[in-house]
Amino acid sequence: MDETTKSSLKAIPLCKTKAGPRDGDLWMERLKAKYEAIIAAVQNNKTSDRDWFKLEANERGTKWFGKCWYFHNMVKYEFDVEFDIPITYPVTAPEIALPELDGKTAKMYRGGKICLSEHFKPLWARNTPKFGIAHAFALGLGPWMAVEIPDLIEKGIIQPKA
Amino acid sequence: MTESDVAESIGDIVSRLNNALDDLETKKNQTPSVLKGPTVSQERPSAPYRQKIEKLSAEVVDSNPYSRLMALQRMGIVRDYEQIRDKTVAVVGVGGVGSVVAEMLTRCGIGKLILFDYDKVEIANMNRLFYQPNQAGLSKVEAARDTLIHVNPDVQIEVHNFNITTMDNFDVFVGRIRNGSLKSGKIDLVLSCVDNFEARMAVNMACNEENQIWMESGVSENAVSGHIQYIEPGKTACFACVPPLVVASNIDERTLKREGVCAASLPTTMAVVAGFLVMNTLKYLLNFGEVSHYVGYNALADFFPRESIKPNPSCDDRHCQIRQKEYEEKISSEPITLDIQAPEDEPIIHEENDWGIEVVDSDTTEAPSSSAATEVAPGLKFAYEPTQTPKKNSSDNLKLSPSQAVTKEWMENIRDALLEEDRLKKEQNKRK
Repeated sequence: MDETTKSSLKAIPLCKTKAGPRDGDLWMERLKAKYEAIIAAVQNNKTSDRDWFKLEANERGTKWFGKCWYFHNMVKYEFDVEFDIPITYPVTAPEIALPELDGKTAKMYRGGKICLSEHFKPLWARNTPKFGIAHAFALGLGPWMAVEIPDLIEKGIIQPKA
Repeated sequence: MTESDVAESIGDIVSRLNNALDDLETKKNQTPSVLKGPTVSQERPSAPYRQKIEKLSAEVVDSNPYSRLMALQRMGIVRDYEQIRDKTVAVVGVGGVGSVVAEMLTRCGIGKLILFDYDKVEIANMNRLFYQPNQAGLSKVEAARDTLIHVNPDVQIEVHNFNITTMDNFDVFVGRIRNGSLKSGKIDLVLSCVDNFEARMAVNMACNEENQIWMESGVSENAVSGHIQYIEPGKTACFACVPPLVVASNIDERTLKREGVCAASLPTTMAVVAGFLVMNTLKYLLNFGEVSHYVGYNALADFFPRESIKPNPSCDDRHCQIRQKEYEEKISSEPITLDIQAPEDEPIIHEENDWGIEVVDSDTTEAPSSSAATEVAPGLKFAYEPTQTPKKNSSDNLKLSPSQAVTKEWMENIRDALLEEDRLKKEQNKRK
């Protein structure tokens, strides 16, 4: 893990309640903590000029959607991002999906779910329930995009949106 | 109306339309497609090759699809095979393992199958069994049903094309465990044939909550090992009790680092695991043999460990702990009985015996003791004992180990030969 990732990770508050979407009030508590963590992460990204995603959720906090983007050679590549909170959360991590890249890279499961099994899932398993969505983005989606997007651009599979 | 008002109301209408579309999509996904079943089967008019059969017959004729299964009763393996018709099994995941499992159960004449999967058939799946290239693009559950109802029209097949790990779908899944049986009651067994940790944990969670017996199965990403596991909440370890078990596959760990996410798969390993899973299922449903708690398979060394795993008292799953307490209370209040009741040894009566063949008891005093020389691996035995050389002074040999006995016999032979030589020499001397 490089230093910038470490420092941005430290800035994300950890979640305290072990609660999944089927736990009623406890879930709402965790949801609140989660929003705070995401806001802190985004704020932290903005202050260090490394803002790279925005997210919102449905009322129950079970479906999340937004945008994430990546700069390559000073060109911005933006993608829709979405995921469901599985009922087994926080024991299992959310499966983050970039639907528009479905079928364009081998490092993806059906429906555009990015492959996290190698680099992120062991980390999540060791840190549950302290990790939340902000951590999944910083340690899961971030590194995935840093590896995959330049590769896809170089292969000419994706083009910047006009 | 100002321009901004118009823009606002347009925006409002657009968002309402989007919401309505989303609602429609989720409703469509939630509806169990058994409800819209007839439309699908009308699209593919494949008339069943036979009428439904009300009662299984043991009659041995070429046209009876159940004669070989009913023969299990005649062979003394299964007491009442026909009870399989009342059983309902849910198969979660109908990929490489699940589709074969569903086919095996269909051919065995199971009462009802409930299939769950949200994947589509792809050409990349053709290295496994069951699906055909012309089914590419169809949803796996629909494609499976089309094939299965044709194979055995007696089996009721209900399909659900969704991901069980999301909130709404999970509730439907739990509902089907509770009310999915032929009599709208609790189903008999859940079989997990999924390929990921999230879905296994979801099945585990549902079964712990519903106190539902289930079996887990898996094939490793390198395609050379697999396992099945029987999980009775509270009695045996649940999926969250211990870290996932794997069979050591004797492969250098470093070679497992793979490029991309494309897992390897072989039809062989998948079929072996499916076979184990369905065999264990039949033993459980029809009450014969011993239900295995865990069977592993290492294809490289053909190693099959068989274990039992106790539940973890500090399991993360709250419902697992509740079930463990219930189970402890249950066994402490019960008189101790053996889990598996050995069927009484009924004398086998042959209906006809024109040739008057009888089985004669071998002399029990002559029965060879299973000495170290004849013992084989645990769980294996000889169909008959290898023939033994007649012993001269069997009373002398009693206290000797087999190797000592062999040495003694050899020495005796040498002694006999020497004596014989001596005798011949003496005879020759006499002649002289």
